[in-house]
Amino acid sequence: MPINIDKEIEGSFQIIGGNFVNAGEASTQLKLLLTKLGVDEDIIRRTAIATFEAEMNVIIYAAAGRMHYHITPRGISIKVDDMGPGIEDIELAMQEGYSTAPDWVREMGWGAGMGLPNMKKNSDIFKIDSVVGEGTTIEMVINFPQQ
Amino acid sequence: MKLSDFAGELSLEVKTCKEGLEREITGVYVSDLLSDVMANSRAGDIWITLQTHLNIVAVAGMKNLAGIIIVGGRKLPEDTRQKAEAEKIPIMTTPLPAFEAAGRMYRKLKEQG
Repeated sequence: MPINIDKEIEGSFQIIGGNFVNAGEASTQLKLLLTKLGVDEDIIRRTAIATFEAEMNVIIYAAAGRMHYHITPRGISIKVDDMGPGIEDIELAMQEGYSTAPDWVREMGWGAGMGLPNMKKNSDIFKIDSVVGEGTTIEMVINFPQQ
Repeated sequence: MKLSDFAGELSLEVKTCKEGLEREITGVYVSDLLSDVMANSRAGDIWITLQTHLNIVAVAGMKNLAGIIIVGGRKLPEDTRQKAEAEKIPIMTTPLPAFEAAGRMYRKLKEQG
């Protein structure tokens, strides 16, 4: 299906920390938008995984955050920034299986130390920046297949 | 194969979205870690888990899973049931533990070829 994007589309979603009830709302909205635009299924799948994990991290760890998306004919850029505790050791946090999630979050099946690695695996460009006590910013780019 | 083909074999009790039972299933994924399901399940899979909280509905929706089977006779919380109904995600429960539920589905899917 051709990608129906002749102009750039951007928008953002607010994410409230601790709000497990609406978890996935932002990434679901973005997925619906991409589906409507006729974006390639594999691109939607990768974006869904990457944004859902980013959204969950805000909900699990931060007081609040924002997911901003920018869709162009070339691909999708996503920026998620939060007012959270920040990450002390990013290299460690990027390791699969490492998590600082509390037990009650782990009992829900989250906090397996797969979130950040999943985001990285599913994006073409992945950047993470964090300041302890201030928050974390994640930037991801997922390119559309070149025609 | 359809979800309804497993109803008797697994003593499934359908909790939400009855019409979803006629969906074609392409595979099964067993996991209680939500990020693992996000990463490794495939669209059209049935997801076998013991998790019952609300977020399973979002995960199943994001991955276009065919439905969720909750094992071990666990009860489905009302908020999860309502969300699944609203988002048309079929959820079933089975008294079987995960190993047995998965085993029976595996055998039946293999027999079909």
